[in-house]
Amino acid sequence: MPLTAIAFYLLAIVTVVSGFMVITARNPVHSVLYLILCFFSGAGLFVLLGAEFLAMLLVVVYVGAVAVLFLFVVMMLDVDFARLREGYAQYLPLGLVVAAVLLGEMVTVSSAVANRGAAAANATPQAADLHVSNTQSIGQVLYTDYIYFFQAAGIVLLIAMIGAIVLTLRHKPSVRRQKIHEQVGRRRRDAVEVTKVGVGEGISE
Amino acid sequence: MPVFDPNTDPLGYVLIHLLGIVLVVVGVLLSLAFLLLADRKIWAGVQMRKGPNVVGPFGLLQSFADFFKFVFKEIVIPAGADKGVFLLAPLLSFIFAFVMWAAIPFAPEWVVANINVGILYLFAVSSLGVYGIIMGGWASNSKYPFLGSLRSAAQMVSYEVSIGFVIITVILLTAIKLAAAHQGSLVDAMNLQAIASMQQGWFWNWNVFGGGLKHLPMIIVMFPMMVVFFVSFLAETNRPPFDLPEAESELVAGYQVEYSSTPYLLFMIGEYSNIVLMCALMTTLFFGGWSPPYPTTGWFEGWSFLGIDASFWGQLHALVWFCIKTVFWFFMVAMMKAIVPRYRYDQLMRLGWKIFLPTSLVAVAAVAAWGVFAPLG
Repeated sequence: MPLTAIAFYLLAIVTVVSGFMVITARNPVHSVLYLILCFFSGAGLFVLLGAEFLAMLLVVVYVGAVAVLFLFVVMMLDVDFARLREGYAQYLPLGLVVAAVLLGEMVTVSSAVANRGAAAANATPQAADLHVSNTQSIGQVLYTDYIYFFQAAGIVLLIAMIGAIVLTLRHKPSVRRQKIHEQVGRRRRDAVEVTKVGVGEGISE
Repeated sequence: MPVFDPNTDPLGYVLIHLLGIVLVVVGVLLSLAFLLLADRKIWAGVQMRKGPNVVGPFGLLQSFADFFKFVFKEIVIPAGADKGVFLLAPLLSFIFAFVMWAAIPFAPEWVVANINVGILYLFAVSSLGVYGIIMGGWASNSKYPFLGSLRSAAQMVSYEVSIGFVIITVILLTAIKLAAAHQGSLVDAMNLQAIASMQQGWFWNWNVFGGGLKHLPMIIVMFPMMVVFFVSFLAETNRPPFDLPEAESELVAGYQVEYSSTPYLLFMIGEYSNIVLMCALMTTLFFGGWSPPYPTTGWFEGWSFLGIDASFWGQLHALVWFCIKTVFWFFMVAMMKAIVPRYRYDQLMRLGWKIFLPTSLVAVAAVAAWGVFAPLG
């Protein structure tokens, strides 16, 4: 127990502090790096909960792929950070309103969950199936009870992907493209000609 | 190895794990020193040179000489560099390269962390390896390193996708075998020890041959998947012929241009550790892991030597086979560097997205169909 507690407090502190640093860091690249640290320690918290599959997926998807692309975009930006900070205070009221709304929502949801927890305590408890690892139990729920939602999410992602391709695909006639089949299909006789050249004659076309 | 319960004896639990970690890290570092030399020797041999042969007999101590040379040099940090990130980058790539060894099964029960989702863990951490390169390239505040890091990010993200699908074929195959052995709900098919132990017995039980005589038709799928995995891991570790992030004819040395001394050493050791790790993973996924190519059941039973009981010698025997197979794949990687010319960048991307991705996707479907429809009885 003490080891778990130490690990939890360590990871929780790192998560909160790095989350705070995301918004306070002056350099956007540093912000993204703190965001990655935040994701990473979040994954550590999942491991402590015994949800190692979710933890690994968080790292693979968010840290390994999404955040790389974030970093990609942010590094390409050539912004003047001083100018970016100028109108900082004028967005404060808007930010406070958004924060208040979020806080209200979170309190509502968590109090609802807490109340339901009290009700559930009176109901018959359901024993966790100890013979199934959490990967298998996620699979069992995802592909049976929530199969339609799962498929719908897949379709949404597919449409988003096609949309991204359509938005970025441009056929410029001026651009010369690599024609791989021609390159691979090239044979020796198309490229090399062996001739006997007489002395002082050269080759005429 | 004595087992400590983390709840009753936390100190012993931490110490025994620390011991295991130190053992693995030291072992890996020492073997890396000689594998580095082997890499250079093989490369030299293909080009009919002698390679390093001055330090120690046959140049065996060359890597140690290089190590001291790097450590004693001055660390140069460019004027416009982001100092923190600049120094963090090589550290990260070094740490991630070594953290992965935790999940590699060296022999039965010989693994630092027998994680239930071990293979997913390796996949996750290997996808983090790209950060060292991106951060190093960006923090150098210089054109060539930045271009190199952009290339490497795109390359590694692309090849991760096909590596992921190849890994899924192996997981599916292991799950099929686990279900046939009626262990389906007890062990996770993503556990690397489970993957290795399901390939025990004769060598035709290895996943590259479809994983057992009953699954022999799967050789049509698994053998190409082995090849896809090999090529993808070359691309993932930035090895030639896919070493475009550090292509010296175009980018000088890519993301490493501004690095010198120990930070460079960390980058280099991390890179080689990654390569050897991928060889070990190749062994575990497709070539039986620690299992010898012949059945050893009952070999060591009731037998004791030097006062140590049989199970230890069985594990040592398995460890030797694991090392042999891993070194064989390292030899193949070194040969690839020597004989294959470097790819062009668009060819690299085409190979990853247009050839490997569809092939491995079809393979996943094929293995899944085999699990559902095959007459396994």
